[in-house]
Amino acid sequence: MKDLSVKNLEMVYKVPKSTDVHALSDVSFDVPAGRLLTLLGPSGCGKTTLLNILAGFLAPTGGSVTLGGEPITGPSEDRGMVFQQGALFEWLSVEKNISFGPRMKKADKAATEANVEELLYTVGLGGFGDKQVYELSGGMQQRVALARCLANDPDVILMDEPLGALDALTREKMQGLILKLWKETGKTVILVTHSVEEALYLGDMLFVMAPRPGRIEKVYELPFAAQGLESDARELKASAEFIEKREEVLSLIWEMEEEIMGRN
Amino acid sequence: MATSGPNLGLGSAVATALETADNDRGFSLGGGLFNRGDDRKTVTFGDSAAVKSLPGWSVVSLIGMIALWFVSTRAWGLDDVWRTTGDSQQTFLANCDKDPACAGSYSQWLGYRKFPSPGDTWRGFRELSSEGFQNITLWQHTWSSLSRVLRGMFFGVLFGVPVGLAMGLSSAARGFFDTIVELLRPIPPFALIPLFILMFGIGDPPAVRLLIFASIWIMIIAARSGVRAANLSKVRAAYSLGATKWQVLTRVLIPNALPELFTGLRVALGVSWGTLVAAELVGARDGLGQMIFAARPFFRLDVVVVGIIVISVLGVLMDVFLRFLESILIPWRGKG
Ligand SMILES: Nc1ncnc2c1ncn2[C@@H]1O[C@H](COP(=O)(O)OP(=O)(O)O)[C@@H](O)[C@H]1O
Ligand SMILES: [Mg+2]
Repeated sequence: MKDLSVKNLEMVYKVPKSTDVHALSDVSFDVPAGRLLTLLGPSGCGKTTLLNILAGFLAPTGGSVTLGGEPITGPSEDRGMVFQQGALFEWLSVEKNISFGPRMKKADKAATEANVEELLYTVGLGGFGDKQVYELSGGMQQRVALARCLANDPDVILMDEPLGALDALTREKMQGLILKLWKETGKTVILVTHSVEEALYLGDMLFVMAPRPGRIEKVYELPFAAQGLESDARELKASAEFIEKREEVLSLIWEMEEEIMGRN
Repeated sequence: MATSGPNLGLGSAVATALETADNDRGFSLGGGLFNRGDDRKTVTFGDSAAVKSLPGWSVVSLIGMIALWFVSTRAWGLDDVWRTTGDSQQTFLANCDKDPACAGSYSQWLGYRKFPSPGDTWRGFRELSSEGFQNITLWQHTWSSLSRVLRGMFFGVLFGVPVGLAMGLSSAARGFFDTIVELLRPIPPFALIPLFILMFGIGDPPAVRLLIFASIWIMIIAARSGVRAANLSKVRAAYSLGATKWQVLTRVLIPNALPELFTGLRVALGVSWGTLVAAELVGARDGLGQMIFAARPFFRLDVVVVGIIVISVLGVLMDVFLRFLESILIPWRGKG
C-alpha cells in the first residue's frame, strides 16, 4: 500500500484578460495508506482543483505530489476517480462498464468476468450486469461507477462530490456503501463533499478548506467512520458527540462565508 | 431520475412504467389515430412534450394531397386533352405534328404543359418501369442516382470523419483545417457545377465529386462536434482506468460521437440527394435528374412528375432507414 504525500502545492490559473486565480496556496499534507480523507469547504476553495492534481489531470504550478514516493505526472490506474455524474459509458452495459479497465489492459477474460460478478454483488447490483447504464437510477449509476473504479484495484480512490446529485435517502444508503467498501478493501479514499454531515460521517480525517487563496484551514481526526460500520447511521448522526462536531465545523464554514461576503 | 410516475390509468402504460427503471421513457399514452391519449394534462397548448404527430391527420393530408391533385388536374381539363389521344402521348405528339392546326394551336401546347393527373402519372410510371424513357428504365435511372449518392457519401465520410476527429483532438489540426472548412463550406455545390464539368467532363466523375463536396463539410463538422460533445469526466475516467490515447479515441470518443455522426449522416444524405438532381441536370447520361431534364423538351411532364415523386419517396425511405439504424445502433441517444 502506498502513502500519498503533498508538499507546498501551488496552483495558479492564468485567466486571459483578468487577474490570475490563486486556487491553491502552500498546501501540504500526508495521507497514509488506508485512510479516508474528506475535503470540505465553500465553493471555489480549490477542492476540485486539488483532486484533479492528485488524479494527474492537472499539473500544479508549484510543489510536489507523490504516491508511494513516485511523483504523480499524469492519470494512471493506481488512482481511480469517481465523478459526480455523467462519467459512465452509456454505450456499454453495466458489466462492460465495470470491466472497462481490465479490458483496456487485456486482462484474463475469465478472471475479469468472475471479478465483475463479485463486484456487482459487493455494490448491491447483483443481477444487473446485463442492464444498460441509462436504464439505472442515479444511485445505481454511482454504484456502477464505484464498481468500475474498484475493478481496476487502484491504491487511491478519488471522489469529487460523488453523491452530490442524489436525493437524501439514496445518499444515506450510498454513504453506508462507501464506508463498507473502504473498510473491506482498505484502500485510501479522498472524498470531496459539500455536506458537513457527510464529511464528518465518512471521514476518518477531515480537511476544512478556505478560499482565496485555496488552503487547508483546519484538520480534524474523526472517530465516526470507524464507528459508522457497527452502529446505526442515524443514531450516530444524532449522537451528542456528532452534533457537537457538526456545529463546530458549520460555524467555521459560516465564518468563512461571512468573510467572503464581507470582502465583496 | 424519476423512479415513480403518475398513474395514467392505462393498463399497458402502467405495466411498461413498472418494468422500466425510468418511466420518463417507456411511456405510451395509448392514443389513437386522432386522439393523443389521456395523460391528464390540463395545459397542453405550449407544452411541447404534450404535442405529438397524430397519424390520422397524416393520412388525411396524404389523401388530401392526392385528391387535390386529382381534382385540380381534371378541372384544368388536362385529362381531356390526353384522354382523347389514348394512352400514349407520344402517339398524340406524332399525330399533332402532322396536323398543322393542332401543332400551331397555342391552347394545345398549353395542354401539354399542364400538370399531369394521377392517372397520367401512373401510366407514365408503368411505361417508365417497363420500357423506360429514351431506353433507360426508371430503375436504371434510380440506381445510377442512388449509387452516385452512396459513392459521394462514402468518400465524404471517409475523408470528412477523420478530419473532423483530428479537429476535435488537436489544436494544430483545428487551426489548419478551420480556414479550409470555413472558406469552402459556404460554397453552394451548384456553383461548382460548371467548374466540375470543365474539369472532370460529364457523367459520373463530376457528379460524384460534387456529392463528396456536398457531404464532406457536414461530416467534418459532425465529427468535430461529436468529439467536442464528449463529457470531460468520461475521458478522464477512461484515462484513470488505464486507457491509452488510442483506446480513448476508439472506445470512448468515437462511440460517444455516434449520435452526432448519425445526425451528420442524415443531413449529408439530404443535402447530397438534393445536390445530385442538380448535378445530373447538366452533367450526366442517366440518373433521375437527367431523366427529369431530358423529358422537358418532349413535354413529358408525366416523366418529370414520376421523377420528382421517386426522388421524394426515396429521400424519405433513406431517412427512415437511417433513423431505424440509429435506433438499433445508438439506443442510448438522448439518455446519457
Ligand atoms: N480552468 C480554470 N481556469 C480558471 N480558474 C479556474 C479554473 N478552474 C477553477 N478555477 C477557479 O479556481 C478556484 C477553485 O476552483 P475549484 O477547484 O473548482 O473549487 P471547488 O471545487 O472547491 O468549488 C475557483 O475560484 C475557480 O473559479
Ligand atoms: Mg468542485
